Amino acid sequence: MKVLFGHKDHLVRMAALFLAGIVVFLVLKAVFVPKGFGVYGHYRAGALEENRAHPVAYAGRAACVECHSDVPETAKGGGHAFIRCEACHGPLAAHAGDPGEHQAVRPESKVLCARCHAPNVARPARFPQVDPAEHAGDEACTACHTAHNPRQQKEGAK
Amino acid sequence: MNRDRRDFLAQSTKLLFLTGAAQLGFEALLRGEPEAAPNYKTTDHWWGMIIDIEKCIGCGNCVRACKEENDVPREPYYFRTWVERYHVPDGDIERPQVDSPNGGYDGFPEKYRAGDGAKSFFVPKMCNHCAHSPCVQVCPVGATFESPDGVVLVDPTYCLGCRYCVQACPYGCRYIDPRTHTVDKCSLCYHRITKGLTTACCEACPTEARVLGDLKDPKDPIHEFLRTHKVQVLKPQMATGSKTYYNGLDGSVR
Repeated sequence: MKVLFGHKDHLVRMAALFLAGIVVFLVLKAVFVPKGFGVYGHYRAGALEENRAHPVAYAGRAACVECHSDVPETAKGGGHAFIRCEACHGPLAAHAGDPGEHQAVRPESKVLCARCHAPNVARPARFPQVDPAEHAGDEACTACHTAHNPRQQKEGAK
Repeated sequence: MNRDRRDFLAQSTKLLFLTGAAQLGFEALLRGEPEAAPNYKTTDHWWGMIIDIEKCIGCGNCVRACKEENDVPREPYYFRTWVERYHVPDGDIERPQVDSPNGGYDGFPEKYRAGDGAKSFFVPKMCNHCAHSPCVQVCPVGATFESPDGVVLVDPTYCLGCRYCVQACPYGCRYIDPRTHTVDKCSLCYHRITKGLTTACCEACPTEARVLGDLKDPKDPIHEFLRTHKVQVLKPQMATGSKTYYNGLDGSVR
């Protein structure tokens, strides 16, 4: 014991140095480690909120039918009944938020219908496919078919 | 110095515990309260996805919707989700022909003939939101993580752009955003699902080939689907704990 405390000054100096080191470490840690780091795991907890803050582009079917309640009625029982509105009409959250300012654009049937219904061997065989040019030439699909209920033919359809 | 080994061990253990306790106490003091998320409790959810290959028609709606919703660069080769076309001649699952023109953004122009003795199908791909993600394990700074509700997310303010995670992901689901030079990936539309909406890709899918599911919600139809269908995850041998379940997955799919 005498050997150990014979050099008290050395020990005090060393302890002070260590203490200073620890204080510097803690201060640097407080400065550089961001708030919320480690709350849920090895990441910043605030990143969850920031991911949530991204704006929504697709409003969702519930928002559409609030105004366009007639469309599900038309579609009822048809092959398109379960398809959500924005699958064909595109992202319309802006339109749902302010219909006066943001107009929805009617999709071009010749392009839109072919995306799903043009023949392709990789498509499931039971999925209805038709060559639009062969089937109807230049005529728009919606000239005969009701878009929301395609088996329902419009008046005057051939 | 007449101190025996027992004393030494007792003393060291005490010091060890004291240091640990001080460290824990200090960290608890630093981090403060977690951020509040009104009406949405992360611990009540555990998100997963069902992809039904037998329903996918390769229209590319999901690819377009994802880019619209999540501000993914339009130029080719940046995708949070994309669709691949598999063509397997003579049932040889070791040698499939795979293509994905522009990730399926413009659909798939027909390039195979019907009746050529091959099977063809579409496989939508996306982040598998693994429960034991390799990408999270390699991130050196904690910029990517598994959220408490089972979504693998990115913290772009913390990402260094080191690309370790891009290499680690066995599914190729990550890219470096050319505008920010930080990593980006499918967030499972975290901003939507936490508001009660479904993901943009599921919203836009016309055949319900993609369905979002909450594995912690006993009423979610995902449980019924998993019970009644023969599903598989991609690369099960990698033990990533993938939560993207494929129905009708062929052995040729990589």
